Amino acid sequence: MNVIATATVTVAGLAAAAALAGAALPPRARAVTAGVCTAALGAAALAAGTAALGGRRWSASLPGLLPPAGIHLAVDALSGLFMAVGGAVVLAVAVYGIGYAAGHGPHGIASRGAQAVLPVFALALVLVPAAASVSTFLLLWETMALTSLLLVLAGHRAGSPARQAAVRAAGIWYAAMTHLGFVLLLAGLALFAAGAGGETFAALRAGAAGMPPLARGAVFTLVAAACASKAGAVPLHPWLPRAHPEAPGNVSALMSAAMVNLGVYGIVRTGFDLLGGGPRWWWLLVLGAGALSAVYGVLQAAVASDLKRLLSYSTSENLGLALVGVGAAGLFHATGNRAAASLALAAALLHIVNHAAFKALLFCAAGSVLRATGVRDLDRMGGLRARMPATTAFFAVAALGAVALPPGNGFFGEWLLLQSMIHGLAVPGVFTAIVLPLAVAVIALSAGLAAAVFVKALGVGFFARPRSAPAAEAAESPPTMLAGMGLLAAACAALALVPGLLGDGLSRAVAAAGLADGRPLTGGALGVRLDRLAASLSPLWVACALTAALAAVSALTRLTARRRRRGNARLWDCGGGAPTARMSYTATSFAEPLQRVFDDVLAPEQDVNVTPISESAYLVERVRYQRRVPDRIEHRLYRPFLDTVTGLGRASRRLASGSVHLYLGYGFFGLVALLLALAVGA
Amino acid sequence: MNAAGAVGPAAVAAQVAAVVAGAPLLAGLMRQVRARLEGRAGPGIAQPWRDLRKLMRKEPITPVGTGPAFRTAPLLLVASTAVVAALMPLASTATPAGVRSDLILVVALLALGTVALALAGLDTGTAFGGMGASREMTVAALVEPTILLAVFALSIPAGSTNLAAIVSGGIHDSARLASPAGLLATAALAVAVLAETGRLPVDNPATHLELTMVHEAMVLEYAGPDLALVELGAHMRLTVLLGLLASLAAPWGIATTASAAAVALGLVLFAVKVALLGAALAAAEVFWAKLRLFRIPELLAGSFLLALLAVTASYFLTGE
Repeated sequence: MNVIATATVTVAGLAAAAALAGAALPPRARAVTAGVCTAALGAAALAAGTAALGGRRWSASLPGLLPPAGIHLAVDALSGLFMAVGGAVVLAVAVYGIGYAAGHGPHGIASRGAQAVLPVFALALVLVPAAASVSTFLLLWETMALTSLLLVLAGHRAGSPARQAAVRAAGIWYAAMTHLGFVLLLAGLALFAAGAGGETFAALRAGAAGMPPLARGAVFTLVAAACASKAGAVPLHPWLPRAHPEAPGNVSALMSAAMVNLGVYGIVRTGFDLLGGGPRWWWLLVLGAGALSAVYGVLQAAVASDLKRLLSYSTSENLGLALVGVGAAGLFHATGNRAAASLALAAALLHIVNHAAFKALLFCAAGSVLRATGVRDLDRMGGLRARMPATTAFFAVAALGAVALPPGNGFFGEWLLLQSMIHGLAVPGVFTAIVLPLAVAVIALSAGLAAAVFVKALGVGFFARPRSAPAAEAAESPPTMLAGMGLLAAACAALALVPGLLGDGLSRAVAAAGLADGRPLTGGALGVRLDRLAASLSPLWVACALTAALAAVSALTRLTARRRRRGNARLWDCGGGAPTARMSYTATSFAEPLQRVFDDVLAPEQDVNVTPISESAYLVERVRYQRRVPDRIEHRLYRPFLDTVTGLGRASRRLASGSVHLYLGYGFFGLVALLLALAVGA
Repeated sequence: MNAAGAVGPAAVAAQVAAVVAGAPLLAGLMRQVRARLEGRAGPGIAQPWRDLRKLMRKEPITPVGTGPAFRTAPLLLVASTAVVAALMPLASTATPAGVRSDLILVVALLALGTVALALAGLDTGTAFGGMGASREMTVAALVEPTILLAVFALSIPAGSTNLAAIVSGGIHDSARLASPAGLLATAALAVAVLAETGRLPVDNPATHLELTMVHEAMVLEYAGPDLALVELGAHMRLTVLLGLLASLAAPWGIATTASAAAVALGLVLFAVKVALLGAALAAAEVFWAKLRLFRIPELLAGSFLLALLAVTASYFLTGE
């Protein structure tokens, strides 16, 4: 029997077992049993994905299940990549989740409901890429959305009233946005199935070419909008910085590292594989949305002082970068340069893999901090380095990946993305001459700002001295949580040092997307060379060179120094007594210069309230300073719309006066109007 | 075969040694030029080396409350800059490191040093450290697009981001250097180099005034051998970045073959070019005032525009 088939059946079985265990067992056994089963589910999905990346394929059709459409599954290398990423994240996060749930009361993530729903979410997460028909895809997609919504709401009865209100608001935003996305997806795919004359992906692939360009464009726009919303792309992102921070730590890791990826999967699968590519404007749309998300996401992250909000905006940024890659790939494909297209798509997929590894770790570490201190606000953290050394080390490893600097794991993906842009300029056309330099600038700006973001998150949140009592009393997380984070850190390290091992898998995934053009990159343990382009990079060599240089500098310093013993000294206090923790720089103050530079984009609101003492206007009794950086797009785009809808709702109350006669009248006039319309139409 | 095979690694070692040994001398030269132009006698070119020797003899100091990030940042700064010095074709393009000298990698390694120092500044938990780190990261974030776009412009004619390929392309086809794209990109890169190395008008390396410090505020807590490493790292960064500018704008003399004489000549010419550039920069700095922190983005936006023009110019002037 095929490895993938065995693994997929195992995945389904384990999900059922885990859900049953979560629903039926007593509290203490519940988290452990469900967690272990979910971790095994992740491992099975990882095995299936790896087998698919290795070149195996599998498809199955179960017409008896869920009639009339039946269930159709197919796994190729592209699905395999996303299954493997999802499975690996599920594996590590489930291990982490065992310890995480133990620290919570009967409500929240440890509750019966949450523990039963979590495995179903994991199942949907790893199986969405395996769907091979419109109805199966929509079913799994919606299962994923609904279960994640329930998990976001897990904390709605835990914590302070303000926190509970925030959870409810996040739930409503998420429910509304994800269902808006579902409606778009449903419309798009239904249109596609109607046009192509079948609902399995094979039928769609066969029928896509015969569809009129306008219908193809409509299908792509609808599906891309729905998927972009799932990926947190601006301007369809407002749910993301609300839902991800409010969800429990392990759920936000799953959502931010695995679920958002499926947005990109949807675009790649539909745009390249099913529709077989399309005109330039499709891809310019994707590229534009990606660039906007990258810059806007990282800017919001730069000024955020809530750690989990910062991480969610960084998710928006990174998925934006992946969309830039996908958009560029489409653009190159549309202009006929297949080599550049496959390279750009490989870069986008690699960036998704890297992002999943470091973002899952970042969210897990943030969850540990939240569990240990109850604090999410960076301004009130600090000093965790001494109290939670392992968590700090894990956060640092992940942050090194997120800033995309060597020897971190994010560097190679962004390097590949930049290479594809630079070599894509060989594609003729004024479009590429203008779009690609701007895309490079966007990638560079977001990389530069990401460095500031993660220096802030690590330096202000974990280093220096504690700035609040909870931070001062923090204690290290239990071993299972550290084990889960250790798995993710090992994945980050492997991706950072030997990304070349992914080379063949990536080439197959790109080929499965329909951009078959040899192998865009060849690699092994030692490094990666790009086919046909004079570019190579060996992350392992860079890491070794850095380590060797570090050792040499360290040894030389020790040899030349006259006095070896380190002495302690007070911090420089300008002669004014020891500086207190309140004098140190907070996240807000760290971000102030950036906020001022990008004042016009961010439009921060600040409010200074000076109260003089009653006798004299010159002597100040109290100064209140308040500053917020609202999400401007949400403010400008969504608020007016929501206000209008609310206004209309209020106004329509007058229609319902409670009189039965009036309602009968509405019915009568409605019927007459309908009949008239039918008569005129006929 | 053996002699030729040994020249490559020797060239790499010579480059690193030249950068490490020459960087303090470059700083001394620049200070001396400045002193003379201001009518002072100046302490002599070797003063930075004397300072470093003095600092190395002092007791290493750990400020209370700092951690591993503070301790390792100076090492990482010097180590990453040394790796960059080994990678770049400063004296020869035919080195074993030449195939790996990717321009994006070089930029990223230099940024790694900046990030390490900024984390060290935050690790102290003082207002100065945080202030310096915040400002440094703001400037670094804004410089990044300019640098990468300039890289983009320079790599178009060579068809690669490999630094050795770009430089040897410049040597064999000097029309490329004088093309509008080449000139614009070099100008943009020059501004970015000023910002990256913390020179006037972006930052004043001689200031110790709270309101104006950027780099100096970040490293205020360092003393003794650690401070020596930070200073050495800063000098090396300046040398390496001026060397990069020199290799890209005036690559003549850089060895393209693995012959010992050519490498030696390349090394001498590298020293001369960097000394000239440094002296010119120091002379210019006498006439410049430091910009307000919040005027720096305007300067960087200007250089970004130059880089963008360079890319479009290279496309429209070389393409069909």
